[in-house]
Amino acid sequence: MSTTTSSRSTGVGRVLIAVYAVLALAATGRSFVQIATDFSDAPIAYALSALAAVVYILATIALIKKGDLWYRIAWITISFELLGVLVVGLLSLFDPILFPAKTVWSVFGAGYGFVPLVLPIIGMIWLYLKRPRPVEAQA
Amino acid sequence: MIEWFSWAQAGVAIVAGLLAVILGLAGRQPNDYTMGATALVGVLLVVQLVVAILAPAFGNHATGSVLEFYTYLVSAILIPPAAISYGLVDRSRWSTVVLGVACLAVAVMVLRMQQIWAVQVA
Repeated sequence: MSTTTSSRSTGVGRVLIAVYAVLALAATGRSFVQIATDFSDAPIAYALSALAAVVYILATIALIKKGDLWYRIAWITISFELLGVLVVGLLSLFDPILFPAKTVWSVFGAGYGFVPLVLPIIGMIWLYLKRPRPVEAQA
Repeated sequence: MIEWFSWAQAGVAIVAGLLAVILGLAGRQPNDYTMGATALVGVLLVVQLVVAILAPAFGNHATGSVLEFYTYLVSAILIPPAAISYGLVDRSRWSTVVLGVACLAVAVMVLRMQQIWAVQVA
């Protein structure tokens, strides 16, 4: 049966989803601890941690779900992550005062083995390979 | 935390993780060895939870944030069951790799927990 989308949760994509789920869990845990203990110390960094956590959760769901809409959400969330890790990575190097506390994106995700930097790139390649194709000519 | 136990636990998780990643990439479905190793990693985390709860009563207190420690520990405890249930549902080689990723993630979290418990960079 042909559909307008090819599933993103097949083959090695399952491993990608698992890694995203772990990262979502890690970012959620960290932001929970940061906000619960000393939010006022570094509100920008901690709010960003929380935002990153939400985006990772959304990206994980978007990779699992079928359909064009979720495909678009996957692109948006994964692009946002790449942008986030690049911008925050640069800012944390040049302006440590703005980011006194660690976020998942600080120093290009060095605290997480650079997984936050590498993962969106792999995710984009995967999304490109699994892009929805129009239904083949119908009889 | 008891230091030698943490190291042993991280070692088991790393070996289990590498085993599953290699077997998965070699095309094996989840089997008793990879599932069992992941289950062992999960059981050791529960033991670690018991140790962490009892340790302060014996004068072994966490030097770092207790909240952060338990956030890691509770998150880590969730991972092996999730990977194992996925391995039961989806019988493909990639589920074996997922088991490995889960074990390696637990290993990292255990090492981080040991840091929070014992090492403070001031």
